[in-house]
Order: sequence, then C-alpha cells, then structure tokens
Amino acid sequence: MKKIILPVLFGMAAMGVSAPSASAATLDDVKAKGFVQCGVSQGLPGFSNTNDAGDWTGIDVDVCRAVAAAVFGDASLVKYTPLSAKERFTALQSGEVDVLSRNTTWTMSRDTSLGLNFTGVNYYDGQGFMVRNSLGVTSALQLDGASICTNTGTTTELNVADYFRANNMDYEVVAFEKADEVVQAYDSGRCDVYTTDASGLYAQRLKLTNPGEHSVLPEIISKEPLGPVVRHGDDQWLDIVKWSLNAMINAEEMGVTSANVDDMRNGDNPGIKRLLGTEGAFGEAIGVSNDWAYNIIKQVGNYGEIFEANVGPDTELGISRGVNALWTNGGLQYAPPIR
Amino acid sequence: MAAQEPVGDGAETARVSLLYDPKVRALVAQVALILLVIWLGYSMVNNTLVNLEKQSIASGFGFLGTTAGFSIAPTLGTFIVDYAEESSYGSAFYVGLFNTLLVAFIGIILATIWGFILGVARLSNNWVIAKLSTVYIETLRNIPLLLQIFFWYFAVLRSLPNPRESVEFGANIVLNTRGLFMPRPLPEAGFGWVSIAILIGLVGTFFMRRWAHQRQESTGEQFPVFWTSVGLIVGFPILVFLVLGMPLDWQIPELRGFNFRGGMVIIPEFMSLLLALVLYTATFIAEIVRAGILAVSHGQSEAAHALGVRSGPTLRLVVIPQALRVIIPPLTSQYLNLTKNSSLAVAIAYPDLVSVFAGTVLNQTGQAVEILLITLAVYLTISIVTSVLMNWYNAKMSLVER
Amino acid sequence: MSNSTLSFVRTTMEVAKAPPASTVGVVGWMRKNLFSSWINTALTLFAIYLVWIIVPPILDFTIFNATWTADDREGCLAGGHGACWAYVEAKFGQFIYGRYPVEERWRVNIVFAIMAIGTVTLAIPSVPYKKWNAIFMLVIFPILAFFLLVGGYFGLHHVETPLWGGLLVTLVVAITGIVVSLPLGVLFALGRRSEMPVVRMVSIIFIEFWRGVPLITVLFMASVMLPLFLPEGVTFDKLMRVLIGVALFSAAYMAEVVRGGLQAIGKGQYEGAQALGLPYWKTMNLIILPQALKLVIPGIVNTFIGLFKDTTLVLIVGLFDLLGAIQLSFTDPKWSTPMTSHTGYVFAAFGFFIFCFSMSRYSIFMENRLHTGHKR
Repeated sequence: MKKIILPVLFGMAAMGVSAPSASAATLDDVKAKGFVQCGVSQGLPGFSNTNDAGDWTGIDVDVCRAVAAAVFGDASLVKYTPLSAKERFTALQSGEVDVLSRNTTWTMSRDTSLGLNFTGVNYYDGQGFMVRNSLGVTSALQLDGASICTNTGTTTELNVADYFRANNMDYEVVAFEKADEVVQAYDSGRCDVYTTDASGLYAQRLKLTNPGEHSVLPEIISKEPLGPVVRHGDDQWLDIVKWSLNAMINAEEMGVTSANVDDMRNGDNPGIKRLLGTEGAFGEAIGVSNDWAYNIIKQVGNYGEIFEANVGPDTELGISRGVNALWTNGGLQYAPPIR
Repeated sequence: MAAQEPVGDGAETARVSLLYDPKVRALVAQVALILLVIWLGYSMVNNTLVNLEKQSIASGFGFLGTTAGFSIAPTLGTFIVDYAEESSYGSAFYVGLFNTLLVAFIGIILATIWGFILGVARLSNNWVIAKLSTVYIETLRNIPLLLQIFFWYFAVLRSLPNPRESVEFGANIVLNTRGLFMPRPLPEAGFGWVSIAILIGLVGTFFMRRWAHQRQESTGEQFPVFWTSVGLIVGFPILVFLVLGMPLDWQIPELRGFNFRGGMVIIPEFMSLLLALVLYTATFIAEIVRAGILAVSHGQSEAAHALGVRSGPTLRLVVIPQALRVIIPPLTSQYLNLTKNSSLAVAIAYPDLVSVFAGTVLNQTGQAVEILLITLAVYLTISIVTSVLMNWYNAKMSLVER
Repeated sequence: MSNSTLSFVRTTMEVAKAPPASTVGVVGWMRKNLFSSWINTALTLFAIYLVWIIVPPILDFTIFNATWTADDREGCLAGGHGACWAYVEAKFGQFIYGRYPVEERWRVNIVFAIMAIGTVTLAIPSVPYKKWNAIFMLVIFPILAFFLLVGGYFGLHHVETPLWGGLLVTLVVAITGIVVSLPLGVLFALGRRSEMPVVRMVSIIFIEFWRGVPLITVLFMASVMLPLFLPEGVTFDKLMRVLIGVALFSAAYMAEVVRGGLQAIGKGQYEGAQALGLPYWKTMNLIILPQALKLVIPGIVNTFIGLFKDTTLVLIVGLFDLLGAIQLSFTDPKWSTPMTSHTGYVFAAFGFFIFCFSMSRYSIFMENRLHTGHKR
C-alpha cells in the first residue's frame, strides 16, 4: 500500500503546494516567484473575462497588469485565479492571491473586520435594475411586488432590501450562488427584475437570449466603489497597488498615454517627469524601480485608455465615463499627486 | 487481528522481548496514533487562530445576533420563523434549517411511495409495466442529480407561463413562473376545537388498538382496527368542524401588479428540487424494494396459503415483515442521502441551510470557520439521530435468533 | 378389464396437438403478459399511453426537429424547436478540454488514450498481467498523467489548472478520488475492525464524519476553510483542494465497502494465518485483502459511479467540469437560443449516462461472475 500512497502524496505535493506567499513581505515573495497572483472574477465582461484565446481582459485585469508592470517592468507576469464571491476574501487572506481585483465593493466592514485593505477605486459603480421592456416599467419605484433575481453574498442583496423597505414596497428575492445562474433564471422568466451593479447589468445583458428586449432603469440605489484589495498588515505592498492605480489616473490627468509616453518622458513638465521617473526617486520609495509608472503607462495605458478599451462606449458594454470621468471633467476619479 | 492472549504461564510470557509483545506494540501504536491526531488537530486549530488573528479577521459566534439585512424567498421556514430583513443571522439559520427539514421530510415520504410503486412495477408480470419501470430506473439513476435539478428548474421554468397568463386549476389554485399559488386557510374562533378533536382521535386510536389487540389475543375475535382508526382520526374532527359551522376562512391569492399576492405559494425552486430528489432517490428505493421482495422465498407465502391464510393477510403478516428486514437498513441510508442531497438546493436558490446559512450568511459575515462548523454539526446531528432511530427500529424488527 | 380385448396398441407417440391458439405466439404472449386480467389490461393501456405522451416529444426534440448543422444561433432558430446539435459540435472542444490550450490538447488525448486502454484491459477478466496492469494504473499512470497534464517539465509548456475544464476535470476528479480513496479506504476499514480501541475509535469517527455530511459542504470547506487551516505560507491550488476534499469524502465510503468485504471473509482464514505465525500486515496483504477486495469489486465500481456523478458538484465551487463547461457555454451570445440549454442538458445527461450505465453493467457482470457458487 505504501507503494501507492507515496507517489500519490508526492504528486499531490508537487501539484498543489506553491511557494510561500502569505508572509508580511508580499513584494519579496512576488519577486521570488516571478509573477503577481491576481484574484479575478469567474467571468464578467469588461471587468475580468477570458477571450476566445483564453487570455484575461478587463478593467480589473488591467489593474493586475499594472502592478506587474510596476514590480517587474513586464505587465504579462501575472497569473489569474478566478474566484467566486464566496471564496474571494479567504483566497486573499490565506495568501492564495497577492491582490484581489474582482469588482469588489469597498465597505467599512470589509475593510475593517476581514483583515483586508482596499487600495483605491478603479470603478465607481452603483446598483441598478434591469427589466423586460414588455413590463412597461420606467422607474424602480414601480417595482412593488416584483420578483428580483440577484447574487447571494454581495452588497446588492442588502441594498435591494434597504431600498424596498425604505420605499415601503413588497418584493420577493431569488438569490443564486453564481452570476451565470442569475442570468439564466432571469432569462427564463423566474424574475421580473435583475439587479446588480449597473456595470454588471450592461455586461450580463450581453448573455441574454434577446438583449434588446431588456433595459436598465434610471435609478441607481447605492454607492458601489469597486477597487483592488490587498491583505492587511503589509503596507509596502498596499502602497505599490495603491500607487499603480493612482499613476494611471494621474497619467490621464496629465495627458500621458501609452502612445505618447516616450515623448512625454523627454519633455520638461516637472509633474510628468516625477511620474515617469526621470525626476526624483518615487519608485524606490515603494520598493520598485523608478520607471515603474513609465512601464505601467507604456504597457497597460492610462486610466482613460483602459476604461475606453474595456467598458467604454466603443465596446460591447458601451458605458459612458459618467462618474468615472476625471475630477477635472466633473467625475470622481481623483488621484493624489506624485510629489 | 486479535492481539494474542498469552497462552502459557507467566514465566513464559516474561521471556518474550518487549519489542515483540503484541500488547506493548498495540499500546505504542495507539499512543502514537493519539499523538498524531492531537498534533493534527492542534496544528489545524493553531494555524486557524494564528491566521485569523494575524489578519485581524473577526471570529466567535457573536454574529448570530446581528441583523441580517437581507431577504429570503417566501417558504415554510420564513413563515415559521417569521423572518424579515431586520431579523438576525440566527433567525436566518433557523429558516434554512426548517427549509432543509421540510424538503427532506416531504421528499422522503414521496420517494418512499414512488420507490415502492416502481419496485413492485419492475417485478410485475405485466411486460410493458415491468420494462417501463426498468428503463425509468436505469436512466434516472445513471444521470447526476445536480443535472436533473438543473433540468427540472431551468427547463420547466421556461415552459411555465408568466403571472399574467397563469394556468388556473380551479379552486383558486394557479400556476406560473413565480410558483403554485393556493388559498391560505385562516382559522377563525372555534377552530381550536378541531385540533383538540384530532388529538382526541389520536389518543382514542392508540387505546382502541391496544384493546383490540388484547381482545384478539384472548378470544381470537378480530376488530376492524383500520376503519375505526380512520373514523377517529379523520371522521371525528370533520364532524366537529361541521358542527361548529366550519370556522375556517380562506385568503385567496389575486393578481396585483407583477404577481399574485396573498394566499400560500410554493416557489418553483422548491418544486423542482423536490421533484428531482424524489424521482432520483425513488430509483434507488425501487431497487432496494425489489431486492427485499425477492429475498423472501416463495415457501413462505406457500406455507401461509397452506395454513389457509388469505393472500391479503399473507402479504401483510408474512411477506412484508420479512422483506422489511432486508429493506430497512439500505432504505435508511437512502433517506440520509436524500437529506444530504437536498443541500444541492444551493444551485437553484431554494433557501435551504447550505444556501442561506453556508451561502448568504457566510458571504455577508465572512466567518467561514464558524458557519461551516455549525452547518456540518447540523448534518451530523441529523445523520446520527436517524441512524440511532433506525438501529432501534432494526433491532426491533430483526429476527430473534435462538 | 382383461388385456385380450385390447385391439390397438400404439407403438409411436401421438403427435402433440397444438396448444390453443390463444396461448401461443404473439397472441398468447400478449394474453399472458399484458392482458391476463382487467387490472393488467388497464395497466398496459395506461403504460402505452405514458409511452405515447413521453417518447414522441423526446424523439422530436432530439432527432426529427433537431438542427444538425448551423453556423450560429440564426441557423438553429431557423431550424424549428428541436435540439441545436450544431452548438454542441461547435463547443465540443470546450466540453472535453475546457480552456486547455488548443495546441497542447494532444497531451490530454494521450492521457485519455492510456486511461482507456489501461481501464479496459484491467476490466476484462481474461486479459493476463492483472497485477502489473493494476500497479501501472494506480501508481505509474497518475504520475505520468500529472506530468503530462500539468507540464512545466521536459520541455512541456506549463498549463495552469484554472484552464482545465470539461470532461478532463470530471475525469481528473473522479480518477484521483478513486485512486486515493482506495488505499485510504482499506486503511480505515482495517482500522475500524482493529482490536485496538483507539485505532477503531479514530477510524469510526473519520468514517462517520465524512459519511454524515453532504459533499457540497465538504467542497465549501475545501474552498473557503482549508486555506485557513494550513500554516502560513502554504497554499493549495483550488483544484487540488477540491481533490483533497473529494478523496477524503470517498475514502469514507470506500472504507465501508471494503469493510463489507472483510466481514465476508471467514474466521478460519484469520485463524489459519495465525496458525502459520504470520504477522498482522502479512496476514492482511497475503491472505485477507486479496480475497476481500476481489469480493467487493462491484461495490468499488458502484462507489466509483457515485463519485463520478458527484463530480458535477464541483461546478458549485467554480470549477468547470463537464456539466459546468456546458452551463458556461449557455451564456455565449453566439449560440444563445431558447433551445440551447435544453440541448446542453440533454447532451450532458447522455454523456454521463453512457459512462455510468456501462460501469453499472460491468458491476453487475462482475457480481454474477463472483457469485457463480450461489447460483441455482
């Protein structure tokens, strides 16, 4: 029997146990293993989804690529772990992933009692409702008595409860474990309403049998700031992820794009020089090379570019910048200066 | 293998080296095992505590008293617990528990009935019936239950009409994608007497049966026990109900806005889960029943006929008791399987224990360890209680060997 | 009564008269098996009615109204309300390999081929070299398969497990479950029958714990709780965690099957071994287990069937097995029609049925082979 057990154990050990990664110095571990392990969703178009070739794309995925670009100077050194809503926090807590970039809403309890730190917001979202056009509903306030399909274990489930109670309306909730099942049930007519983050509604609508027969109601009933998350207690890694995101937003504000970054680097705007590492030693302060932001923008793009490429008006999702525009354009995206 | 008892006198055993003494070896092995288990348990608990503390993750069972804030689809559980958004996570746990028990209980009853019918049908001398049930059994038992649940849920859901085009069955019963709507009975003053009548019927039946049994033992005369029981348990309460002028009102479901309101509803998640569980488990029960019936030899019923016992009592008094002895143990494990399989509810959003508690509550609180421990404990308790009951029943039924 | 009055003595057999027309042939068979009484007649008619309302729609959907070739959803929508087999054809690669890179799929094919040959030769009783074959399948094959599938060595490109899917994952979970649970199950079965109280207690607790909880909670445990149990810095791949959960779970069921076999071995066998002075492990290895394991082959196959069906549960924790891969494909806008999900489920049901039904036939065949002594 030992003959059988030993090889199996050996096989198990060889297959599953990866290098230590949960210790305090995440940066050292990441450098040692040579890639960033990134937790993403199980498939949400525009945010983190695989294309036909099996490559991950999306605005959340680009955050991971930016971190890899900052650390290694190579945005491709990322490995992705698709996670369900239920698994995502444990996976991060236990060190299975180095950064969680999975359309996760920043809430106080998550930030404080789960051993996690939110590093910023890469997409300001809000919860919305989608209904069939044939119902003739034009406002969420007409939804009294409706059946609502949603995901379990998300903030949306709580928001919808708050909203209906606040407006003194009746409703019946049908909560599924997986996003695809919610879509399938809604498509089968189990519910009148499908609720999730507004961006998600646009993304999931593509999966319906007849996307044209459904529309998203104007009401946004909650604040859903979505952002990358890291483990509590590793400030250096927190800084790297936080500033990778900030660098992209700052770059857009300064007009630095992946196309013009080489020219801009040789210009003489001091702010841009600080960003791109030709002045000061901002990269060294967070433990990476000084051209970290240059690598991010060159290989991934600035915030505006990743937005347009993944969720913007020219994509299947067709979402306008809205609150995700820069603060200078009346939006909420505002990054502290690099100085 | 048996640890050998020392055979010779004391002097002989003393000569055996301690290394080869089976008792010493057994002791060492067991101590080593205990140490291993303790070490495993300790390191697991320790790792967990270290991990939790290091990452300042909340722990403890205090969350059970916190407000849940989410809603649960209308089921018997939410009705019994009177659950609303402002209830606690603890109430959500009870909702899940009741819903699990409900689907398991009804599922067991229906699967038993359907399984017995199928099992007998497969043994039928009617060729079409026998073949039909064989094909049914062989097909359904070889397709994963989860697939069947999905099929019944998503495929059937698509074929149901929307609320505005509901199918009406008369008596205010309607069916649509939101479920099966029925009038809800509203007891009025005086209905309590009917419950008391049922209670009296039950107690009366118990004493009547004892009396009839004693009378048959002493005089040999038989008493129509079955029909008297029916009369006492069903007839008497109905009589009381009629005499009191039918103190029961019905709340009728009616279409308002998106959906029917009022009345009782059986949600489609419950129906499809129940349907899949019953149809699937019944195939296994059918095979058990078939084996049980085949296990009773023909000689038994022939002997009973030779003694002049008619075929009804032969079946009731000779064949079934012996078949049950073979049927009960595997039947118990099917009941447990059904109960455990009901946890697949999580895939189609029926709010059972796993779906509500190990699903939603776990997600909202993030306290995976505590929640999964409670969930496991519940299932283990159900298993143990069922096993104990069935062992007791089994012992009562088993052959008294002389 | 005297024999002299006998005028005729038959010397040859009279040709037997044909039985009444109503008891032979198709009519007789029908009378006996279908219409022997009015209840039977009613049942027969009812059954025929059932077949009439169930079978034609199924055939219509799967064959007569089905669309066999189409380029996308339009083709299937135009074809009527039957199954859209073109969609299955288009997605077939995904159903079998998941997102395993196309240029690396030959590695999966090799593993499938070795497995098929090994299993078939192992299953046919008359093929020789059973022992070597079993050692190959239980020891060498898993290692080989591991290196082939995961890669990263010998110049093979590394393929991460999140890319695995479809039938590949179903088979990996089921086979790993059985290969690991068999030795573990034997150990715990022996433990449960041990004379040592502590060993027995530990085995009973282990077995009853896993048998008492639903697999889905075990999978949840593996996916959200196991990471917290491990010392800091040790993490497992998700597929790996699920495999551990499935292996422990099926080990408990396997232990009960093996225990059944152990109980069927006569006391004389143990006593004989003792009389020869064989120590415990030798007794087990040489005398008891070979007999017991042979007896429980049908039970092992049945456990495997159960395990095979249960692999579908991994989709709940987000792995894409055959059913998961099929479900995932429903959301592809290119193929989404009202018939897509039905088609997918029918295909999945058919796939699982083929595997499970043939295994259950095999188990019955082995059972009959093993029970020759008791047959009358």
